[in-house]
Amino acid sequence: MTVSDFDQFRPPEPERRGRRFGKLRRKRRPGRTDGSAEMLMVPDVEFTSYYGRAIVKPPPWGPEIAAYLFLGGVAGGSGLLAYGAQLTGRKLLCRNARLGAMVAVSVGGAALVKDLGRPDRFYNMLRTIKLTSPMSLGSWILTAYSGGMGVAAMADVDRLTGSRLPLGPMRRALAKVEPVAGGVAAVFAAPLAVYTAVLLSDTANPTWNAAHRDLPVVFASSASLAAGGLAMVTTPTRETGPARALAVMGVVGDLAATRYMESRMDPVAAEPLHQGRPGRLLRWSERLAAAGGLGALLLGGNRALAAASGVALLGASACTRFGILEAGIESAKDPRYTVVPQRNRLAKRRAAGITDDSITTAG
Amino acid sequence: MSSQAAQSVTNYARGASHQFSGPTDPAADAHWPSGQVRKGFFTDTSICIGCKACEVACKEWNHNPRDGDLELTGWSYDNTQSLGASTWRHVAFIEQDRERIEQARESGRKLVDLGMPAVRPSGSSSGEGRAAYRDQDVTPPDTPEFRWLMASDVCKHCTHAGCLDVCPTGALFRTEFGSVVVQDDVCNGCGTCVAGCPFGVIERRSDGTAAPTTRSGEKKGEQPDVPKRGVAQKCTLCYDRLVDGETPACAKTCPTTSIKFGDHPDLVETARDRVHQLHEEGLTEARLYGANELDGVGGTGAMFLLLDEPETYGLPPDPRVPTADLPVMFRRAGLAAAGMLAGAAVAFLGGGR
Repeated sequence: MTVSDFDQFRPPEPERRGRRFGKLRRKRRPGRTDGSAEMLMVPDVEFTSYYGRAIVKPPPWGPEIAAYLFLGGVAGGSGLLAYGAQLTGRKLLCRNARLGAMVAVSVGGAALVKDLGRPDRFYNMLRTIKLTSPMSLGSWILTAYSGGMGVAAMADVDRLTGSRLPLGPMRRALAKVEPVAGGVAAVFAAPLAVYTAVLLSDTANPTWNAAHRDLPVVFASSASLAAGGLAMVTTPTRETGPARALAVMGVVGDLAATRYMESRMDPVAAEPLHQGRPGRLLRWSERLAAAGGLGALLLGGNRALAAASGVALLGASACTRFGILEAGIESAKDPRYTVVPQRNRLAKRRAAGITDDSITTAG
Repeated sequence: MSSQAAQSVTNYARGASHQFSGPTDPAADAHWPSGQVRKGFFTDTSICIGCKACEVACKEWNHNPRDGDLELTGWSYDNTQSLGASTWRHVAFIEQDRERIEQARESGRKLVDLGMPAVRPSGSSSGEGRAAYRDQDVTPPDTPEFRWLMASDVCKHCTHAGCLDVCPTGALFRTEFGSVVVQDDVCNGCGTCVAGCPFGVIERRSDGTAAPTTRSGEKKGEQPDVPKRGVAQKCTLCYDRLVDGETPACAKTCPTTSIKFGDHPDLVETARDRVHQLHEEGLTEARLYGANELDGVGGTGAMFLLLDEPETYGLPPDPRVPTADLPVMFRRAGLAAAGMLAGAAVAFLGGGR
């Protein structure tokens, strides 16, 4: 800083855009009216950053990936419903769940390919089986599930169209294979609904990684309630008893697991789940799930009300997936979510006497 | 050196049982035949002059396009901003006043007081590296009022690399030198590695960034086509140069030897000697980053000597490879899937009408 007599004639310095480098102090967020402010019990923490620049990078995942998270869940839950209906002779539920699952898995798969940097190389996903890569395992789960569900759904499409599919002599073989194919899809259904939670958590993303213990339960519950909801939309009430039961269990699991997950996360890393658009999505997810769950429990006998509840449940699951994905992407844009939880856990380990595992050493 | 090597061998043996975390020899884990010593960088930021020759040499050798429209950030002399798909060396510039210098010195002193791992076996402190430093004073002339930190950042080539672990296609692989490299003809641009890196290094190269700007008066002429679009890109430790016995471009061009390239065990020793020397001069703010194989990523192939807390330079203070928790995640996912199956069974057996 120069100090000269002429300094008084300088125009005032313009306000710097963006955050200035140095010790940053968070401003208190504006007051909320919906009561969610109590969730933010964490005192403001001072931390240093490099000109406010983020440390970890958000993955280049757009809404296609959130849509896939949702559709994969719908497909997974529907696979279980279809197989249960197949075993218990609920023909309509079985058909509708299979067709719904097939549409979900096809659209979801297409969304996955579209989001790749090189969609023309999508087949490289099956180039190897890699146990440390949830994306690799998930690709195989998705392939196996789609194979089983594709065969099972083809039999249903053939029946729907009055045996008009050009199957020829294969029709008899299809009739034999169909129940087995439904079973194959059922085997891979739950993994399909759950692996995406591991895919998100097995990253350096502050929010997703902090949720790694409980996110699978949230996703499994969300998939269950979404599949139940879809069945309530597509299928007459006389066959949707199990679907409604699964949906109610999913709602209870979803509401409980989400709260439990947040209580076990680092409070700073959990903040993006309550702020901005992700926060709104997740609050709506709760409301829709509660409403849809009550509808499934009490109004399941009325076709129109059951369908409305089903739509609410599907909406709840979509909000959960978009909310979780976007919260993670937001958490990677601010160094606060990387630095503060890491400093805290390092300090905790040092306080516990573990001083040999820091990446920073004095010698 | 020999006792150092012995120490490393015992540590590798200790890590053999768990490849997700802890000390290990990454090339051996990847089933390379033994014989090639792990290579790495030691970036001594105390003698960096911020010339950015490393950035330029890296771009030139690797044919990396520019990242986007040129802009002035106002962050001291740093207009590069960060590592990314097309920037594999990034020089950070930080201006600090007396208060910040004292804070850095104090935090460094605390680190020394913690008794951080003195893993170095006694007697090896009279290494060649140390003797070489003794002859010349390479400490920049800081004033107590102001200092200018400059640090050339690069991919860490972690012992346990998050990007490599989560890559579904096998496009990322571990080389015989212990470094981590993308095969750009295999990568399909899924982007999982971007989320997997605890340091925010690897990135998917987009195609729009190097398009000629259309803003009037700022057109810099036609840019060459962006190569390798849509795939993940990062520092390769100049794999193509290493296989020919050459030094990576950045280290070769560095005029102050701030970027040192060599065998990883030697670099660790050099780094420890240098930090001890600075401590003896009273510069307690000096500390090493990445030289501890017990840390969350099993130690890094590229190490740094820093003069302040890592987050000041945009480095994470306690990075942890996400795969270290993968067994827990798989267990929890298995539980959740089992619960979902049980729920469906109950729905059909009990609640059905």
